[in-house]
Amino acid sequence: MPKAKLPRKSTNIDMTAMCDVAFLLLTFFMLATKFKPEEPVVVKTPSSISDFPLPDENIMLLTVDSKGRIFFSIDNKIKRKALIENVNSERSLNLTDAEMNNFAIGASLGIQFNQLKSYLNLSADKQAEIGKTAPGVPVDTSVLSVNNELAQWVKSARNTNPKLRICIKADGEAAYPHIKKIINTLEGWKIFKFNLITNMKAIPEGTAAYEQKNGVAKAE
Amino acid sequence: MAEMDTSGGGHKKGPGVKKGKKLSTRVDLTPMVDLGFLLITFFMFTTTLSKPKTMEINMPYKDENITDEQKNKLKASVALTVLLSKDHRVYYYEGIGDNPDVAPDLKITGFKAKDGIRDVIIKKKKMVDGLKRSGALGPKDEATVLIKPDENSTYSDLVNMLDEMSINDVKVYAIIDISDVEKGFIQATEAGSPGQ
Repeated sequence: MPKAKLPRKSTNIDMTAMCDVAFLLLTFFMLATKFKPEEPVVVKTPSSISDFPLPDENIMLLTVDSKGRIFFSIDNKIKRKALIENVNSERSLNLTDAEMNNFAIGASLGIQFNQLKSYLNLSADKQAEIGKTAPGVPVDTSVLSVNNELAQWVKSARNTNPKLRICIKADGEAAYPHIKKIINTLEGWKIFKFNLITNMKAIPEGTAAYEQKNGVAKAE
Repeated sequence: MAEMDTSGGGHKKGPGVKKGKKLSTRVDLTPMVDLGFLLITFFMFTTTLSKPKTMEINMPYKDENITDEQKNKLKASVALTVLLSKDHRVYYYEGIGDNPDVAPDLKITGFKAKDGIRDVIIKKKKMVDGLKRSGALGPKDEATVLIKPDENSTYSDLVNMLDEMSINDVKVYAIIDISDVEKGFIQATEAGSPGQ
């Protein structure tokens, strides 16, 4: 029998379609990406079953690392500028305009008021470096205490933006007394509603929350 | 002498007329695809698609002007007091422990999936439901959990405990400072059960 001769096909493939797909995906990811904001410390948040997403704006973030250092930040550059102006006048820190602008574009802050001026004079790289060893914003159990600088920050931030939602992002290893001080400070300003940032975890089966979510009738 | 036309193919148009070479419009797209996928990979790794979740907590309204008479309305039969201590230990007892003379029956457990604090809460809820049905408690009474973390507990203990509240659908709960009496209870339990 004569061998059927297969026509030799070219190995060149038309890449156009693949290229289209690649760039489509690229566009998607580029638009969907929101870069992680720079954080001074690594925080491993505990998990909870809560699935309420963190709002995009009007948040005050109190980051607490495993050693209990507190870092303070709010979003929105304009609000940050207003905040530092407020703090500057209330605590008479004698900050220059440039230093205040530096704060407005900066990241989380974990430094005392008396070091704030020199800290804001540094470049962003140096600030990040100091942030690693910073002592954190001092806090106390009472809002009336002069040492409770967090209370000042919270008060001024709420003055500049009353809509602020307060979020605590704390490390699971942080000791409870540190958290208690923050809660006491917030309670001192009559803030009884705030958010804890947690990781997502699955709802365990057979519990009340599981039944609620899945609409299973309670088996009696 | 006339020049030789060395480009093969096609017929001569005449001397001196040079024919432009017809270039293919096809471009090799492989490098472009490579680049595209490289960037995709980069964006995929840097993107944070899952937004962080938050847990909303409402602390009880605290006011110095509230007198003691207005407080302590909680019935001991609906209350479950949970003490959080070091090494993620959880102590619990029934009632609110307002009588310092009578030591409550402190039991120890943990955040285990089985026989942990969850089962205790479920049991408590069932008990309160039973009491409600029998008429011993009014319809407004709810199982209430008092969370009292001590100095040795961590933030994760607190979050885990609050999470148990939402997992078990406990509607009334509060985070309260631990009292010295209760600290004493914990110490007594620790001394009583060495090797824990």
